[in-house]
Amino acid sequence: MRNKFSDAFYEASLTNDKLCLIVADISPAGSLAKFRETAPQRFINVGVAEQVMVGIAAGLAMRGFRPFIYTIATFCLYRPFEFVRDDLCYQNLPVTIMGIGGGLSYSTLGATHHAQEDVALAMSIPNLNILAPCDPAEVEVMTRWCTEQELGPVYLRLGKAGEPDLTSHLNVPWQFGKIRRIREGNDHCIVTYGVVTRMALEVAEKLESRGVSTAVVTVPTLKPLDREGLGDLFAEFGNVTVIEESAPRALGLEVEALAFRTKYEGGLQVFALRDEFIHCYGSHEDILTAHGLSSEQIAQTLLTAYRV
Amino acid sequence: MTIPFTAASRCSRYRRRILEISQQVSALHIAPAFSCTEIVDVIYNELMATPVARESEDVFIMSKGHGCMIQYVILEERGILSRADVDAYCKPHGILGAHPDYGNPGIRASTGSLGHGLGMLVGQAYAEKLKGTSVNFFGVLSDGELQEGSTWEAISMAANLRLDNLLVFVDNNDFTSLDRMSLAQPAFYPVLEKVQAFNWAAAEVDGHDSRALVTAARALPSDRPRMVIAKTTKGKGVSFMEGVSIWHYRSPSPAEFEQALRELQEGS
Repeated sequence: MRNKFSDAFYEASLTNDKLCLIVADISPAGSLAKFRETAPQRFINVGVAEQVMVGIAAGLAMRGFRPFIYTIATFCLYRPFEFVRDDLCYQNLPVTIMGIGGGLSYSTLGATHHAQEDVALAMSIPNLNILAPCDPAEVEVMTRWCTEQELGPVYLRLGKAGEPDLTSHLNVPWQFGKIRRIREGNDHCIVTYGVVTRMALEVAEKLESRGVSTAVVTVPTLKPLDREGLGDLFAEFGNVTVIEESAPRALGLEVEALAFRTKYEGGLQVFALRDEFIHCYGSHEDILTAHGLSSEQIAQTLLTAYRV
Repeated sequence: MTIPFTAASRCSRYRRRILEISQQVSALHIAPAFSCTEIVDVIYNELMATPVARESEDVFIMSKGHGCMIQYVILEERGILSRADVDAYCKPHGILGAHPDYGNPGIRASTGSLGHGLGMLVGQAYAEKLKGTSVNFFGVLSDGELQEGSTWEAISMAANLRLDNLLVFVDNNDFTSLDRMSLAQPAFYPVLEKVQAFNWAAAEVDGHDSRALVTAARALPSDRPRMVIAKTTKGKGVSFMEGVSIWHYRSPSPAEFEQALRELQEGS
């Protein structure tokens, strides 16, 4: 994902001299190094100083530039939180906050580097748009969109590297503010976003092999949320499951609230991270598993819950 | 030189207008506005190349947002804010609150939370360096804001980016909301040497001496970011407000209002 972002940003910068990249002492991956060479004045490393990273981005945006701030998600969103809120969101400025390693991508670095609450936190701020691509193809199209959009601030939640392509084959392109069906099915629908989409597809395969036809829908735009699209899923499916790599109060809570408001009578299950800090280490999959987020555990729970 | 006389009469007028507004609301930041009255006056009326509000003009940001009454009354005098706008200060039908709100006429950043203004000034000033324009950027910081780590992040970056289009005044009234800085936070001083060590050009002057403020600002080397540390008195101009913490956020009673007006008229 990181490399695809770098390529897309660099590509856009060749024809858009308003793009700026402000980093807080993080090495520019892939094509970002090329951007630094070709536009050194628009590549600003503020050092380990995340508050002024956000303040400078706000100032640049106020004077017509399109800044992207870029560091690990915890340091983009948590450390300078009030600057994100006041400088970017209150003033509604078109700045893109790149949350690298959203969720638990930095699996061995400990809880200081885990952005497990990033989506829940970001969803609570007015004006902040939230994008969570599930694969490099979505990263590419979303990055391009961020370089051109006029709406306001965006939190773009990325994983790290090595995520597989899941969406290039689709006929329907990504559209801001809309959910996206990436797998067809009839009985049951999984709603998910971000890096764990691959795991959600594995769950769907496992259920399919047990006779439960399972669709997978991603929510690439978490805010503004496509409540109409999600509401249509309730009408279409007897069972809906949310899988998200996030603290409990994010998409799952929104979907549960929507189900309550629409008097949904089908089955609804939410799988999210627990409301706990993580003290174990290992691969990304290892620590997701420790929080109950593996295709085996989820498939088993669903087969029991939906009695199939 | 006409600066002292005209500045003094302007500042007296501004303070009286702020007092007038104070009688329409239960509380407002009078003393923080009175301590930086001369500073904001010289920025708008002596240092800024052109009036505010259009993109090509110099920019002022009130980083100590709670001092914005002085900015409002100057913007009113210039016709950028209407008299009705200022009269409706903090009223349900008005647009002006106790802190500046980006998007209101003449307001170039939302401030109020301390330690935000300088970072945004650095970003804006750098943007104009990138464009190659001659727009200059002015800011007023409180001394309390220099306790915020974010302000020092911005001081460092302003020097790293060689922002010679940035001039900042510190309203050094030695008071935060709760305490006197020199007593409660003695390590805060000296300020001048700290800022100079970050490769800023800096000077310290009497912040109620308009001529000294202008002279100091113009005398600073113009090849780097500049700071004028203005030694001020919180509540300046009204004897019973000067250096008294309660006036950080309180409206005078009718009797206090009359006395304050008298003192300002006698002093002008």
